[in-house]
Amino acid sequence: MKLRAMAERVRVARWMPPGHVRTPAYLRGRVGEVERRLGTFPNPEQAAYGLPAEPRELVRVRFRAADIWGAEAERPDDLIEAEIYGHWLEPVAHQD
Amino acid sequence: MQDDDAKILPIPTRAEGRRWHDMGGEDAGPVELCEHDYALWEKRVDALMVICSSKGHFTVDGLRRALEDMGEEAFETMSYYERWVAAINQNLVEAGVYTLEELGRRMEEVRARGATYGEAAAPHEAAGDG
Repeated sequence: MKLRAMAERVRVARWMPPGHVRTPAYLRGRVGEVERRLGTFPNPEQAAYGLPAEPRELVRVRFRAADIWGAEAERPDDLIEAEIYGHWLEPVAHQD
Repeated sequence: MQDDDAKILPIPTRAEGRRWHDMGGEDAGPVELCEHDYALWEKRVDALMVICSSKGHFTVDGLRRALEDMGEEAFETMSYYERWVAAINQNLVEAGVYTLEELGRRMEEVRARGATYGEAAAPHEAAGDG
């Protein structure tokens, strides 16, 4: 599970629903790798409206600056980690 | 990862539905590093949120949702805890903890105590800062 060579790559959905979501816009559509799985938490997209919130997995995803900002990245190999709910993530096939 | 570099999509714009509060990645000025000195009422607003959450009236998600829905103008014209107390009120009304009629009557009662109530409640804390 900790083998870096087997890093699990995911793409963040590029959804733009007009409501309370925790996924920052600058990460939508970006590809990163799963840093760790954090367990389940009440879905904030339901809790925010006072609704019963289903448990949803929260995942810490690690992105390279170059994979977020492209050629504009000042330091392309800088890493940023963000915690994103699992329903915003889809698996990305390995290319190597 | 090299293959992805070529097809990086632009960050979603406001025209695409990016919301005003979702500022990550936008240009910003320098970060001002300073300690905050909180007024008594601000500490009470913070405590109120803890109580509301622990009693199960609403969660921090509801607080954030109300803050976001207040819009950019509120962000520019109201202070941090002014926005919090407005967002807490919004959630308490929605949760049915009190009605607007009850709130209106209570606000009248508080107003009738006079403008110096804050100082009377805690003279040493309310004296120095605003």
